[in-house]
Amino acid sequence: MPLLEARDVHGGYGGMNILNGVNMTIEADEIGVIVGPNGAGKSTMLKAIFGLLTVNQGEILLRGEPIHNLPPNKLVQKGMGFIPQEKNVFPSLTVKENLEMGAFLKPNNVKRMLDKVYGFFPPLYEKRHQPAGELSGGQRQMVAMGRALMAEPDVLLLDEPTAGLSPLYMNEIFERVKEINAAGVGILMVEQNAKQALAIADKGFVLAAGQNRFTDTGAALLADPDVAKSFLGG
Amino acid sequence: MNELVFFINNVVIAGSVTGSIYAIGAIGVTLVFSIMRFAHFAHADMMTFGAFMVLLLTMAFPGAGAVVGLPTAVVMLPLAMALTALLAVGIDKAFYKPLRAHGVKPIVIVIGSLGVTLMLQGLIRLFAGTSAQSLYIAERKEIYRLELPFELATRPIIVTEPQVILFILTIAAVVGLHLFLNRSRLGKAMRAMSDNPDLAQASGININTIVAVTWVIVGGLAAIAGTLLSLDVTFKPDLSFFLLLPIFAAAIVGGVGHPYGAIAGGFVVGFAETLAVFNWTVMLRPIAHHFPDWLELPRNLAFVGTEYKIVVPFFILVAILVWRPTGIFKGKVIS
Repeated sequence: MPLLEARDVHGGYGGMNILNGVNMTIEADEIGVIVGPNGAGKSTMLKAIFGLLTVNQGEILLRGEPIHNLPPNKLVQKGMGFIPQEKNVFPSLTVKENLEMGAFLKPNNVKRMLDKVYGFFPPLYEKRHQPAGELSGGQRQMVAMGRALMAEPDVLLLDEPTAGLSPLYMNEIFERVKEINAAGVGILMVEQNAKQALAIADKGFVLAAGQNRFTDTGAALLADPDVAKSFLGG
Repeated sequence: MNELVFFINNVVIAGSVTGSIYAIGAIGVTLVFSIMRFAHFAHADMMTFGAFMVLLLTMAFPGAGAVVGLPTAVVMLPLAMALTALLAVGIDKAFYKPLRAHGVKPIVIVIGSLGVTLMLQGLIRLFAGTSAQSLYIAERKEIYRLELPFELATRPIIVTEPQVILFILTIAAVVGLHLFLNRSRLGKAMRAMSDNPDLAQASGININTIVAVTWVIVGGLAAIAGTLLSLDVTFKPDLSFFLLLPIFAAAIVGGVGHPYGAIAGGFVVGFAETLAVFNWTVMLRPIAHHFPDWLELPRNLAFVGTEYKIVVPFFILVAILVWRPTGIFKGKVIS
């Protein structure tokens, strides 16, 4: 049974559909990457999975169980983590408090998970008593990822984790995504830096106008001349 | 020296009393705003309600205070806090929650809270009448006179028992709130929700729980502030109209959404009010013989008369909105 499955998902804000039939399947140990032009519905798809907008047609399954239109806090309980692109930290809370909020539903795990997250992101340990709002963009992204990991999710949704970061931090984030995945967390992420993202992807989904255009392994999509020409800038 | 004693009695002590009450009131306003993003006009009526509950309980058990050696009203305060907290949660469930569920603009809830104000005021007047009543029913208000060990100071510093209790409870409330917001899981979740409600929800924080916890704290604090004010002076059913403006001024001066700002703002407004009505003639009298003959010292040299005290917070409010709308601590701008 796949970890996360989307079947013919139609949805959007209010009555207007932005997604017009998206299909996706992620296994428990996989990294899935959603790429595509602006306005293709990439972030919208992540938000639909995380219950932030209405799914009007089709279904989303987590380990075979329908989860579409469940509120976010229920999804966190069911093992899903979401990292928004913007405003993904609590700026006035310290780094440590940010992480603690991630484990809000599992207060008994806080100590153990803090150690684990500090292991993934050593800079966060150094800055644990500093307000997250004072950190650099890259470190903030680490706080955001750490916060989501604190709940011990089975699947993590990341919305453009490298947007606006320097190439150095970008590579760092991709490395961490690979490590987190190797530790047993399924990943589904939206990325603008399509080439680098597809390079670490088990599965790639190229969306356009709210539909799947190409769906294959990351390597196959990178090698496909059609994908390269239309979506990866030649 | 007696001038200094006069200054301590009429400015330092009086200002601290007013400041403490405004501070606790403003904390409530600021907490509601940071969690629910609306200006809660019925807050001052929750303060009155808390004091009214204390009055009722004191009338019911007039001898309870003598047992522990405190005024009965203070002994009844925890119970009144619980009742006011219950009222606050109830009001939210009945009036504000349905409005939030409709996704209305904050201003609609603000107007709703104005309706709640009028309703609460009517209710309190229905049962309490319109006249002022003392919360000291079967007891006498203790007055402490502290003689200063200086020969020139013949007058004592005067502090009343409710004022001492007020200072102790204010410190306890502020320290308690600080520990709650920074140490407890729910307190941190409250700050998280004030920072970023969407992310708080995405972290699995249940918004309804946080809203309820906020109202419990706000109700409890309101009861403390209302009761302490009524103990210091008297209980008046129309207390809230005299409190509403100063506590909003205090919350805005401090920076809306910052509990510590609210404390600072409370004392700024409290002292400004006290200094504005203070009679400076007394302070100038010892040096009056240095003045030229044509300059006669007037009998009352205050910036504004006591009856116009309420213009002071008004002026501060307008000034701060014009020059620094985010307040001392860079808070949010109330909309």
